[in-house]
Amino acid sequence: MNTIEIHQKLQEALGDAVGPLSEPKIDSFAVVKADRILEACAFLRGTPGLEMDFLQDLTAVDWPKRSVIEVVYHLYSFPHRHGIVLKVELDRANPVVATATTVWKGANWLEREVYDLFGVTFTGHPDLRRVMLPDDWVGHPLRKDYQEEGGFHGIPNLRENPLVELRRLDLVRIAEHLKANPPPPPPPPAEPKA
Amino acid sequence: MSKLVLRRLDRNNEEMLINFGPQHPSTHGVLNFLVETDGEVMRRAIPDIGYLHRSLEKIGEMVQYPGYMPYTDRIDYLAAMFANEGYAIAVERLLKIEVPKRAQYLRAISCELNRITSHLVSIGTMATDIGAVTPLVYALRERELLNDLLEALCGARLTYNYHRIGGVAFDMPEGWRDKVLAYLDRLDSSIQEWDRLISTNEIYRKRLGGVAVISRAQAIDYGLSGPNLRGSGVDWDLRRDVPYGAYPDFSFEVPVGCGWAGVVGDCYDRYYVRVLEMAQSSRIIRQALEKMPDGELTAKVSRKPKPEAGEVQSRIESARGELAYYLVSDGTERPYRLRARTGSFMAMGIIEDISPGLMVADLVALIASLDVVAPETDR
Repeated sequence: MNTIEIHQKLQEALGDAVGPLSEPKIDSFAVVKADRILEACAFLRGTPGLEMDFLQDLTAVDWPKRSVIEVVYHLYSFPHRHGIVLKVELDRANPVVATATTVWKGANWLEREVYDLFGVTFTGHPDLRRVMLPDDWVGHPLRKDYQEEGGFHGIPNLRENPLVELRRLDLVRIAEHLKANPPPPPPPPAEPKA
Repeated sequence: MSKLVLRRLDRNNEEMLINFGPQHPSTHGVLNFLVETDGEVMRRAIPDIGYLHRSLEKIGEMVQYPGYMPYTDRIDYLAAMFANEGYAIAVERLLKIEVPKRAQYLRAISCELNRITSHLVSIGTMATDIGAVTPLVYALRERELLNDLLEALCGARLTYNYHRIGGVAFDMPEGWRDKVLAYLDRLDSSIQEWDRLISTNEIYRKRLGGVAVISRAQAIDYGLSGPNLRGSGVDWDLRRDVPYGAYPDFSFEVPVGCGWAGVVGDCYDRYYVRVLEMAQSSRIIRQALEKMPDGELTAKVSRKPKPEAGEVQSRIESARGELAYYLVSDGTERPYRLRARTGSFMAMGIIEDISPGLMVADLVALIASLDVVAPETDR
């Protein structure tokens, strides 16, 4: 089944909760309303003929200009060898969506990663903790407006360019050297040959 | 991390909480496991990752498309060629570039050589982890020779930076082809030697057979991929089923776990799938060297490519499972979003649910058989 047919089936089942398939610039996707995404996932996984048993990827994209965080679901079916990309658009100020762990267990860590790096809350998630960064890290680094703090528990994560310091040391050394060994006076200009 | 986990534990009975790692010799890279044990039996092992997090996805948003290629090497230092290839394919699809045939063949050869080095480390360290120290030396001996070949091809032994957007960086050096063929002859016999040494060893088979079984349904549900998925009996290989690059031109078999030492999906199956895969890689390389076409090494690509706005995903079969790059372009010189989905990260997710009831020593076998590598989980 190709993407268009899968999309049609999904639209028949969920009605206007499923947006149109995007213009196939390269890879196309369909936007699903955030409160129906779990239904869409369960439908795609459970319906005979679709059986998207493989949650291939779950990630997010931050769009500050539209004030939206997209959560992207890459689904694939081993028995039928077809796939589809679904997206939900969440409010950037308070991104909340239902967890997909009830449909695929593999969503657990993927959602933890999105929570960690984008700050999206997955309601119903069994273990929503940061996965890569420390628990007391402030902010969500993959957001576009993330500002790195100067340090973490006294460990600096920014430093001066080492070349600046080296160059300064070098200048001091050269000045001291010149003071101790003044350069010989420049030779008198050679007389022009007649 | 530890504070939160401690709060979740039931502290009433005689359970013990052990920090397994981050510097334990059996963990592959800097990984930590919080192991909750009752005597020698684990109640649960909770993986704690992130020690090698280098924000590679954020860096991707800061550099231009060609400039990210050396960073991809750092995603997986044991199989850097695949990270190169996946990224190159993603950008090529974004730019709609056709890669010359010769470059595709060189990609296939370099990747398969890299698959052999990666699997050699995997099976060698696995033997060491569960107590057989000698085999690692045998594996590393073979790998060193292969590293020499890769060094001759691209100038580096681990971080290759060999693939380019639109092709590869260098052609085969003179005489390299014969050296590779000679090496493959050697490899085929050393795989037999390996089988005699380890794979058919009764102690080894009993140690791994039936341990940490991941059923077929579980493997799919948790999103495992690559040798871990095939070890659980799922006949799936992206090289064959969603072909990319030069792979449609080659004939090879996909080894699938069938309970060689006990149950389908145990540690031994995941281990032996890798051994068999090395032989198949050798077969692919021979075919590629034989059929190698002439032609250009790279397609014509601008130095500052500016793909149109859109998004793309490339999927390749890495040594550690499916490596998928998801690239979003907003029409500028830099990726708007770059995401790498790696096999090890997904494999880590299953450990907490598989671990209850295992012996502590079996956790080591489980980690080794899943072939997780810290930089790939943390990125």
